[in-house]
Amino acid sequence: MNLTLLILLPLVTAVLILLMRNAAQVKWIALIGAAAQFVLAFALLFAFRSERLGGNEVQMLFELQYTWFPAWHISFHLGVDGISVAMILLTSFVVIAGVLVSWNVTKMSKEFYFLLILLSLGAYGFFISLDLFILFFFLEIAVIPKYLLIGIWGSGKKEYAANKLALMLMGGSALVLVGLLGVYFGSHEKTFDLLTLANAHIPVEVQKICFPLLFVGFGVFTALFPFHTWVPDGHSSAPTAGSMFLAGISMKLGGYGCLRVATYIMPDGAKEYANIVIVLSTIAILYGAFATMMQKDLKYINAYSSVSHCGFVLLGIGMLTKTAMTGAVMQMVSHGLMTALFFAVIGMIYERTHTRQVNEMGGLLKVMPFITTVLFIVGLCSLGLPGLSGFVAEMTVFMGSWQNPDTFHRIATIAACMSIVVTAVYILRAIGQTAMGPLKESYGNLSDAKWNEKLAAIILIAGILAIGIAPFWLNDLISPATEIIMKKLQAVHSGL
Amino acid sequence: MLNDFLILMKSELVVVFIIFLLLFIKVGTEIKNENLLSVIQFLLLANFVLGFFFNETGTLFGGLFTINSLMAFQKSILSLGVYLISLLFSDWLKKSEHMPEFFILMLSALLGMFFMISSGSLLMFFLSLELSTIPVAAMANFDLEKKISSEASMKMILSSAFSSGILLFGISLIYGATGTINFAEITPLLDGSSLQILAFVFLFTAFAFKLSIVPFHLWTADVYEGAPVAVTSFLSVISKGSIAFILLTTLYKVFAPMQEIWYNMVVLLSITTMIVGNLFALRQQNIKRFLAFSSIAQVGFILVGLSSNSIQGTSSVVYFVLIYVFSNLAAFGVAGAISQQTGKERIDDFKGLYHNNPFISWILALALFSLAGIPPTAGFFGKLFLITAGASKGNYFFIIVAALNLIVSLYYYLRVIRAVFMDKNEQPIEKIILNPSVKLGMIICGAGIVLVGLLSWIYDYITALTA
Repeated sequence: MNLTLLILLPLVTAVLILLMRNAAQVKWIALIGAAAQFVLAFALLFAFRSERLGGNEVQMLFELQYTWFPAWHISFHLGVDGISVAMILLTSFVVIAGVLVSWNVTKMSKEFYFLLILLSLGAYGFFISLDLFILFFFLEIAVIPKYLLIGIWGSGKKEYAANKLALMLMGGSALVLVGLLGVYFGSHEKTFDLLTLANAHIPVEVQKICFPLLFVGFGVFTALFPFHTWVPDGHSSAPTAGSMFLAGISMKLGGYGCLRVATYIMPDGAKEYANIVIVLSTIAILYGAFATMMQKDLKYINAYSSVSHCGFVLLGIGMLTKTAMTGAVMQMVSHGLMTALFFAVIGMIYERTHTRQVNEMGGLLKVMPFITTVLFIVGLCSLGLPGLSGFVAEMTVFMGSWQNPDTFHRIATIAACMSIVVTAVYILRAIGQTAMGPLKESYGNLSDAKWNEKLAAIILIAGILAIGIAPFWLNDLISPATEIIMKKLQAVHSGL
Repeated sequence: MLNDFLILMKSELVVVFIIFLLLFIKVGTEIKNENLLSVIQFLLLANFVLGFFFNETGTLFGGLFTINSLMAFQKSILSLGVYLISLLFSDWLKKSEHMPEFFILMLSALLGMFFMISSGSLLMFFLSLELSTIPVAAMANFDLEKKISSEASMKMILSSAFSSGILLFGISLIYGATGTINFAEITPLLDGSSLQILAFVFLFTAFAFKLSIVPFHLWTADVYEGAPVAVTSFLSVISKGSIAFILLTTLYKVFAPMQEIWYNMVVLLSITTMIVGNLFALRQQNIKRFLAFSSIAQVGFILVGLSSNSIQGTSSVVYFVLIYVFSNLAAFGVAGAISQQTGKERIDDFKGLYHNNPFISWILALALFSLAGIPPTAGFFGKLFLITAGASKGNYFFIIVAALNLIVSLYYYLRVIRAVFMDKNEQPIEKIILNPSVKLGMIICGAGIVLVGLLSWIYDYITALTA
């Protein structure tokens, strides 16, 4: 399996989109490209599994290395482990669903799909890069499409939201940049190579400076409290596919970076700051949940609940146990699928009712049974119903957290658990008001989902169910990779 | 001897040849601007290409003139810049009745820069610096009917005369301190005595004037706004680039023994330049003033890389200037095309530009993203390498300030992007008709912005020249 395909395929799709003349061609090319990504991601999954089952225990599979800027010891180094494969799968799910959902975009559709595909290119490149320079390169590639997607096709305070998002994310990546340079020079290796850096022992004092820089920098992307403020504005102003990509893919870039870059190469720093991470993520979980209760707008509800759910990712990382980390990755995948579906459904409802205010809706179950059913499923997933992915992921995080025997970790775990109750309150209330009750007269003749919307929803639900019913395959995929990160952390511990 | 002369001074000779050609044509024959322009463009392009061949290291005139392949490459970058200017502003040039004079002036300035890059002594340096400045002041006055253009020219003359005075004073102090004006002989005599530091400060101040480093930047915005766009772009790209090149030689070679002293100066000036340039750019309404302040901030960034005093420092500065040529000229090219046809120069006028002019909007967007340092444009690589080079000293505070300035600069570049792509306008700018050579210039710039970064061998080539 050649990993450059994951970069070339979106690139070719994007170029083809630019060459097309009319809107119909553009969307079909985009759909074919997204479907090809989907197939490619599964091909990668199967190739990966067969390699692992065949006994190939190398940390990174399908490695490729080309020199790029040898003067700086930068190389185009690609490779995947279980975590990356899981994230790539997630990305391909969200991309195809996003393209399907935006089937009716008419305003500058060529540019719209071009930017969507470009965003997916950035995400794939980010997840497969093993060189921190190209990782950073792809991280930043993904910022500007978001800005333009929100600013051009968004709604509401879109310019403000787009600016805020772009500046905060660039601020995050500026911190990442400084952290990377600190690692580059501080490790005395003069390299950006992830594996080399992980095996080199970076001096503890360098880690103490660079870990917070990198963690907070990536944390901005994944709504680390108090840098989460772009999330509600950005998500609620973005067009449907934009919100799906933002919450489903882009926020995961941050979580992946926190785990793979910050925690993996700087275990001393991770240990040093783990408690702060836990405190901040617990605050994010609770604050996000309570803030959601106050929201009336469906998109704001999902945006704030994303802050809360992404808190679990950071909590899992901060707990520094293998189970919790595995749970964090599972939560990334689960939340990515779930939130993408949630935004897709909100988009479908909004397209029909032209409102996102919960109290202006009611009884929608009668006119659009399919869409409302999907809303139920996604809501239940969000509040952690067993059988759906949210339960599996959050449960794993809690179990991993509880493995830490001291009071501090216990309190944090219990506090985080309590958020589930709050989640149940706001989700059930929102869904109840939307779907049940008397139907407004003006909504009497609304149509149900069309083929493209159904297909998008079914793809995402399939992912959610696959994780919820059979979590072991995802666990088997991820845990060998988190094991390696844990081994590094334990080596540090025993060394002390 | 003659062979040496021909080969070592090839770039200069070509430029001199074009200047004389223009002089004779101006005096002797009537030739259409259009045809003449094509000839000039061809010769400039030839000069650019020539920079890659027959490169030998050597000195002429008893050490006054030195050349090596890195210098030849630097000259090629400047030739390329002038070539792009002649393409991008060909509309404006063709209509001007004084086109030959314009080129004579611009090429004389270019010649001055070439000699400046190659200069081996302070005397040669001073002469060539004057040659590269005075014609530009005349060029700034080229919008003959506009008062603001004359004002720009006047400001330019006064400020450059002032800085020349300071430079001469610095040179005289150096002569007093060391007893020589030859670069090679100065270096071993430097020991950091207070007279030498004073001399260096004066010398550096003159550079700071030319590079519009804060607090010596006050002339920049007015001159940029008043001068015709072609001249503004020449000033902000070619002049700045050449001074950055000569600063490399001066700091890394001539004043190498005083490294610890100039390091602090460069860091301090870099920080003030980035911050002031960025903060002033935030509030500009006129696109030319906006680009003026943004170019001040870019110079601050060049200083970040310059502070490193290493091979990486040299190569990243040269590389950045190459990228800067493409990015800034593309931005000026678009601004020039719009102002040429509609007379509009305010950022607010750009609202809704994308509606009728997708091509130039994308070029502008590419240019601004490159200036802001967003991948996959070359500006990302340029800025990253500058910062990495600057970080090699382990000065975290400096690097954090530089990184934060990246965000501030993004804010105002996005302002223009937002006007072009997002804001609505009742009367957006109508379809701008681009003639083929303007379009060619923009395409070259766009291709340069994308490719110079992604093709890593360009950077390798520069590193190989540096080593």
